[in-house]
Amino acid sequence: MLVWSKPWRLAAWALTVPLFLVVYGLPVGVIVLAGFSGQWNDILPSNMTLVHYSRAFHTDSYDALKASLLTGVLASAAALLCGTWAALALRGMRGPSKRVLDLLFFIPSAVPSVSVGLALLVAFSKPPFLLNGTTWIVLIAHFILISAFTYGNVTAGLARIPADCEQVAESLGARPFYRLRRVTLPLLLPYLVGAFSLSFALSMGELGATVMVYPPGWVTLPVKIFALSDRGAIFDAATLATILGVATMVVLLGLSRLSTKAMVR
Amino acid sequence: MADTALTAAPAQRPNIDGLWVVPPLLVLAVLFFYPLGLIVRASFGEDAPSLATFEQVLTSSRFLDGLYHTVVIAVSATAGCIVLGFVLSLVIAFVPFPGAKLAGRLIDTVIALPTFLVTLAFTFIYGSAGLLNETLMHVFSLDLPPIDFLYSQWGVILAETTVYTPFVMRPLLATFATFDQAQIEVASSLGARPLRIIRQILLPASLPALVAGGSLCLLLTVNEFGIVLFIGAKDVITLPLLIYSKAIQEFDYTTACVIAVVNVALSLGLYSLYRLAIAHFGGRRAGLV
Repeated sequence: MLVWSKPWRLAAWALTVPLFLVVYGLPVGVIVLAGFSGQWNDILPSNMTLVHYSRAFHTDSYDALKASLLTGVLASAAALLCGTWAALALRGMRGPSKRVLDLLFFIPSAVPSVSVGLALLVAFSKPPFLLNGTTWIVLIAHFILISAFTYGNVTAGLARIPADCEQVAESLGARPFYRLRRVTLPLLLPYLVGAFSLSFALSMGELGATVMVYPPGWVTLPVKIFALSDRGAIFDAATLATILGVATMVVLLGLSRLSTKAMVR
Repeated sequence: MADTALTAAPAQRPNIDGLWVVPPLLVLAVLFFYPLGLIVRASFGEDAPSLATFEQVLTSSRFLDGLYHTVVIAVSATAGCIVLGFVLSLVIAFVPFPGAKLAGRLIDTVIALPTFLVTLAFTFIYGSAGLLNETLMHVFSLDLPPIDFLYSQWGVILAETTVYTPFVMRPLLATFATFDQAQIEVASSLGARPLRIIRQILLPASLPALVAGGSLCLLLTVNEFGIVLFIGAKDVITLPLLIYSKAIQEFDYTTACVIAVVNVALSLGLYSLYRLAIAHFGGRRAGLV
C-alpha cells in the first residue's frame, strides 16, 4: 500500500478509475452500442435496431468473417509448425551461430507490415513465384507477420519446461523422436496453445500487409471494416468490429481454458 | 505452403543437430528474405542500378513531411504511453481499487485486439458529431462542434497512446508484482511521502521495464498503419501510409520501394535499440516480441 490515508487513497482512485474508464471502457462501449443503433444524432443513439447484425451475417460481410477465420487458423497453424520446429532445432545450439539464427527468426516482427506486403507484392508478381491475386499471398503475409511471435513464445516455453523429465526419458532409453512426441511436446502444450492463440488474434486484426496484397475474392474482416467506414457506413463497420473483437476473445478464452487444462494434466 | 509438407521430427542426433534448422530457415528465406531483398533491389531502379530514385525521393517534400510526421507521432505517443502506463500501473499495483485485477486482465486483452478499433471508437466519441461534441453543444447551446482535434496529428497520437499503453504496463506490472512491498512500508514509516517514494524507490526500480516497454512502443508506433489509415486526415501522412498510397493508389512501385527501404532500416534500428535495452537492463521482454 503506497497511500495510507483514506482521503488521499480516494483521491487517487477518483483520478485514475475515471481515467481508466474513459481510456479503455468508453471506446469498447460506444463500438458495441453503435452496432445496435439506427441513428446517432443526439448524445445517445436512437432507433435501436438489429439490422446491422442481420446485414453482417447475410451480405459479403459474412464472407469476410469466414475469410478472416480461415486465414487466421491456417496461417497460425503454419506459423506454429514452423516456429516450434525452429525453436526445437535451435534449442541444442550454442554460441554465435545460435544468436544469429535466433535474430533471423525474430526479424519479421521488426519489419513494418506494409513493407512486408509491398515486398510480397513485388516478389510474387513475377516468375518463379506467381502468386499475386491468389489467396496464397494473403496467407503468406499473415504467416510471415506472426511467425516471429510463435517462435518467440515457443522458445520462451522451452526455456521454462523442466529438463529432468527429458533426461529421465533419455536415461530410460527413449529414442529422440519418441521422447519428443511423448515428453517434450506434451510438456510444451500450454505454450503451443498460447502461441497459437496469440498468432490467431494477430492474424484476425492484421490490416497493413493484407490491404497491400488481398485479391478481390478474399477480403478479410479488417479490410472490410475499413471499406465500410471509408464509405461512411460506420454503424455497419462498428458491428463488424464488435464481431471481430468477440470472435477473437472467444477463441482466446477457449484456448486459454484448454491450456490451463493441459497444464493441470 | 512448403512448410506444411514437412512433417518429420526435429532434433534427433546431436551431431546433425544444426541441419534441423534448415527447413524453417528455408521457408523464411523464400517467403521473407527473398521478397525483402527484391524491394532493396527494386529501389535502385528497373535497369542499371543507380541512386537517382533514392536521391529524388529522399529530397522530395512529401517524403520529408512523412518522415517528420512519423517521428513526431511516434515520439509523442511513446511519451504518452510511458506516462499513462506508469500512472495506471502504480495505482493498479500499489493503490488497488476493487476490480483492479480485472482491469489488469483487460489491459492484456487490449494487446490482442486490432489497433484500428480504437480509431473507430474515437469517431463516435470525439468526432464532429460524436458523444463529446454533442454533449458540449447541448450543455452550452453551441451551433458548431467545439472539439476538433481527431482528424489531425493529435487524434493519431491520442489513439496510439491508448492502444500501446498496455505494452508499457505489462512489463511494469510484472516488475511491481515481484517488488518487495516492505521497502515502501519502511520508507513511509520513516516519513517519506508517496511522491518521494515514487521518485526515489519505484521509478528507479521500474526503469528497465520502462525502457523495454518504451522502446517497443517506439518501434510499434513508427510502423503503425491502421490508425493513421482510419483517421484518414489529409495532412497526416506517415511513412507506412506513404508506401501504401504510392504503391496501391499511384502504382509507383519504385518510389514505394525506396520509402519501404528507409522505413525498414529505421524500424530495424529501433528494434536493435529494443534488444540492446533488454540485454543491458536484463529486463523482461515487454510481452510480444
